[in-house]
Amino acid sequence: MAETNKDTAVADVAMAPYWDAANEGRLLLKHCRSCERSYYYPRPLCPFCLGEDTEWREASGAGTVYSWSVERRGKPPYIIAFVTLAEGPTIMTNLVDCEPEAVAIGQDVRLAFETREAQPVPVFRPA
Amino acid sequence: MSIKGKATIAGIYEHPTRKAEGIPLQQLHAEVARGALADAGLALADVDAYFCAGDAPGLGGFSMAEYLGLNVRHTDTTETGGSSYLIHVSHAAQAIAAGKCKVALITLAGKPRSGGAPPGRPPMAVQPPDLPFEAPFKPTVLNNYAMCARRHMHEFGTTAEQLAWVKVAASHHAQHNPHAMLRDVVTVEDVVNSPVVADPLHRLDCCVVSDGGGALVVVAPEIAASLARPQVRVLGAGEAIKHTNGGDIDITYSAGVWSAARAFDEAGIARGDIKYASLYDSFTITVLMQIEDIGFCAKGEGGRFVADGGLISGVGRLPFNTDGGGLCNNHPGNRGGMTKILEAVRQLRGEAHPAVQVANCDLALAHGTGGYLGTRHGSATLILERV
Repeated sequence: MAETNKDTAVADVAMAPYWDAANEGRLLLKHCRSCERSYYYPRPLCPFCLGEDTEWREASGAGTVYSWSVERRGKPPYIIAFVTLAEGPTIMTNLVDCEPEAVAIGQDVRLAFETREAQPVPVFRPA
Repeated sequence: MSIKGKATIAGIYEHPTRKAEGIPLQQLHAEVARGALADAGLALADVDAYFCAGDAPGLGGFSMAEYLGLNVRHTDTTETGGSSYLIHVSHAAQAIAAGKCKVALITLAGKPRSGGAPPGRPPMAVQPPDLPFEAPFKPTVLNNYAMCARRHMHEFGTTAEQLAWVKVAASHHAQHNPHAMLRDVVTVEDVVNSPVVADPLHRLDCCVVSDGGGALVVVAPEIAASLARPQVRVLGAGEAIKHTNGGDIDITYSAGVWSAARAFDEAGIARGDIKYASLYDSFTITVLMQIEDIGFCAKGEGGRFVADGGLISGVGRLPFNTDGGGLCNNHPGNRGGMTKILEAVRQLRGEAHPAVQVANCDLALAHGTGGYLGTRHGSATLILERV
């Protein structure tokens, strides 16, 4: 799964704003103006109505832990999580800068970025 | 159009291998096809429909039709991961009911243990759309299911000990299966004291990794009537897909909520009529959630339902996976749907091991969840009846 991010960023023109924002440390969500809902992962056509009247909106960076697990076989182990954003969607991410013993469902977390395979991606740390 | 009573499972075969060193995938497919046709008392030339999923090598359906020497008038390569084969039975019944075929062969084979090439038909080789937004976080199959377990524990108070009872029950059954990879009976303590691999799941909450395969022959009722084997009819079937829904997720339930409701509606029977259930057991949490989703108990009550031997044949209220299931017996190709059907048919025929055979087993359910419980998966439910 190595160069997938960069490949996608290059190959998927519609997603360029997402990756450009990520490079600046900002998380963009897609928002459907017809459904008046934000969704994730982003794509040009809304998954609730397949409409194309969608726009990019910047996430505030606030979220709460929906669920999490530790990959104990990782070297070092790492925390995989679902985080529910203040804007609504729940997204897959990593929790960083915290010990597994300190994580709890419902915990407030804050957006950060870490670089994976030369591409910054959204992760979260305790708020 | 209903498929109720329109098709019969006439032949089954489970490959005895658990490690197929030196045997290619296509040969495993051929060996299970041969076994199921022999069990049914049918010949290769009788087959007029072929079903396979993403585990088939090369170009799937037609590569395998060539290798097997099949000349068919109907084919279906529906792919929903490990639950594909349950859907294949349903689709075979639909095709038979519509007059498109009379003898459908369904095969599965896989060899993740001896390092066979991973399944990957051309469509699956294309990068999935979620990949750039999930892969950087290194999700694994294990922690995908583990996050479901964590959330289930949070919302309903489910405990690690309750999950462990699922493995304990499977091990009680596996001790009687000479082919099972894990035949030692384990205790709740054994499970919760095994290493945590993806919190909150332990090593013994997980299924085995095995090579192997299985096959089914689904036939029209008039064909079944001419055969010597006991008849198992398809009474009802349901299928459903659940996904991340634009980020509006609830991972405490599976698509089984919908597939099971459809199957019971079609069969016209009640949950309590089911004498035996084959339930996909990639992990203990998979079983627990499916039991709730199928409606054997209310959502959130699964932990209490499976505890204290609730799933052990002869002991509990719902005998499950009497072959030892994926948790102890085998999980060929990392796809457990086929073996779920095989053991349900054995139970209905009265051909399960005597120590685990359910008395007067006239109605059984087989249910599977393919893909990833916490993100995207396909569920399928079959309700089967002994004629």
